[in-house]
Amino acid sequence: MSPLVVSITLFVLALLIGVEVIGKVPATLHTPLMSGANSIHGIVIVGVVIVAAEANSPLAYVFVFLAAILGTMNVVGGYVVTDRMLEMFKSSKPTKTSDEDKREEAGK
Amino acid sequence: MNAIDTVAWFVYLLSAVMFVIGLHFMNSPKTARRGNLISAAGMVIAVIMAFVRLFVTGYRSATAIVLLLLGILIGAVAGVVSAKKVKMTDMPQLVSIFNTVGGGAAALVALNDILTPQTAPSLVVLITAGLGVVIGSVTFTGSLVAAGKLQGVKFLRKLTIPGKGLFNVLFIVLTVASFVMLCVQPDRRLLWAVLTTLFALVYGLVFVIPIGGADMPVVISVLNACTGTAVAMSGLAIDNVALIVAGALVGAAGVTLSILMAQAMNRPLHSVLAGGFGGASAATSSQEGPEGTMKETTADDVAVQLVYAEKVIFVPGFGLAQAQAQRELADLGELLKAHGVEVSYAIHPVAGRMPGHMNVLLAEANVPYDELVDLDDINPQFSSANVALVVGANDVTNPAARRPGTPVSGMPILDVDQAQHVVVMKRGRGRGYAGIENELYFEDNTQMLFGDAKAGLQAVIAAVKELLA
Repeated sequence: MSPLVVSITLFVLALLIGVEVIGKVPATLHTPLMSGANSIHGIVIVGVVIVAAEANSPLAYVFVFLAAILGTMNVVGGYVVTDRMLEMFKSSKPTKTSDEDKREEAGK
Repeated sequence: MNAIDTVAWFVYLLSAVMFVIGLHFMNSPKTARRGNLISAAGMVIAVIMAFVRLFVTGYRSATAIVLLLLGILIGAVAGVVSAKKVKMTDMPQLVSIFNTVGGGAAALVALNDILTPQTAPSLVVLITAGLGVVIGSVTFTGSLVAAGKLQGVKFLRKLTIPGKGLFNVLFIVLTVASFVMLCVQPDRRLLWAVLTTLFALVYGLVFVIPIGGADMPVVISVLNACTGTAVAMSGLAIDNVALIVAGALVGAAGVTLSILMAQAMNRPLHSVLAGGFGGASAATSSQEGPEGTMKETTADDVAVQLVYAEKVIFVPGFGLAQAQAQRELADLGELLKAHGVEVSYAIHPVAGRMPGHMNVLLAEANVPYDELVDLDDINPQFSSANVALVVGANDVTNPAARRPGTPVSGMPILDVDQAQHVVVMKRGRGRGYAGIENELYFEDNTQMLFGDAKAGLQAVIAAVKELLA
């Protein structure tokens, strides 16, 4: 069997898993979920590394450099921001923000 | 397959499994953070593996590797800084920006696959990489416009495209045509790839510009799905299991979420994407609004109503996010609860600018997530509520949605008008994103408290404290 056939099979099966897993997430978590899924497509950075091994022309250098910046920003920023959001969902733990004083007013 | 490639395959498979487990843990607020960390760990493993393989099998040019590392460094700093600095209210824009760059990266990887080999790539690579270029480019400009709209960039809000349906079709045809030519004439791939990219980029613009701000949550989710698919296509082109599986997961996640949201608005997904609200607003705003006058009230009056109520329902909307008043609302809730008033928060699925936007904001203000009640569960409770306090929510409370023939018709709404008293905190007399007057404001039991939500809530809190003192 050609690798492409295997790859397409993987693609379809992964789609089904995705639908199955996401359907169970409550609306409360839809924003972090979207942000989390958003960081997962930062996996494209792995593609950039693979492509970089073959790069040996100025055009390829430009592609690798730009793709590395964009892809890394996606993956690193995505995970950090999702973690920041989810951290707040632990309602027992106070969050670090500049509005500390205001919360203390009402903190009982 | 040689040894290193076999090892790499299984490591990438492990990362893919960790992504699935990570997403699975997102189904409860208790485990969600762990889920995100598992997913991030999977990502780290995949990236390390990619570098190990790079140094084991060798590379063609040291320049490329230096540029790669430099790019990663710049991207990492930019990502961390923007993620750490962003205010929770600006979260939707940032997610959209990350989607923009992800789509851009996927398009670049795919373009590289088409353009840089000396000999023409195989048809398989042309098709998969070509799709990666098309979808990635559409996401790039589309998400950028979405982020701009969420940020409230004035120039974008005024921008309209004459005969938008026509341009949509035109650029789809042009994109598809140049994509087909790319596959048919691989010898002239530079020309066709550039044209495909350009037309796809323009299509991204004409696709998102006509869609109204209220529908942005759905659009972002659809674009998120597009980026996932673009990454999966790039993965097919370079035959990498991690990209294929992760991309497909995100694609499925995005589509599922989009459909859930479109259902929440009771509109078919395609009608949302055709730009329903945005296009209709100009026409409907000239129609006559509901009869009657709005009754204004004062913070002191509102405080009295709240303190002597038994049950109060808060209805937050985008205005709350805009005024960054989530903490004040939570404080007011705490005050009232301490006084023995039953307080709950009614969360419309599309309130705010992202699905679950209100949940994130109120979580930031330390409101326990079990006090946030979904549309279906809260609606029967409005009739037993003494006061419904609407803070910056508009279209999702408009009773006009129950009648046919208005831009919001058919959209499930919060039955705020069923409450004994309704207090609406609103910045001005303007209309909502749907561009129509809210009939709720003219009801007999509705009172308006105009002004900034933050200042307004602070005034109400002060008045409540005075009453309780």
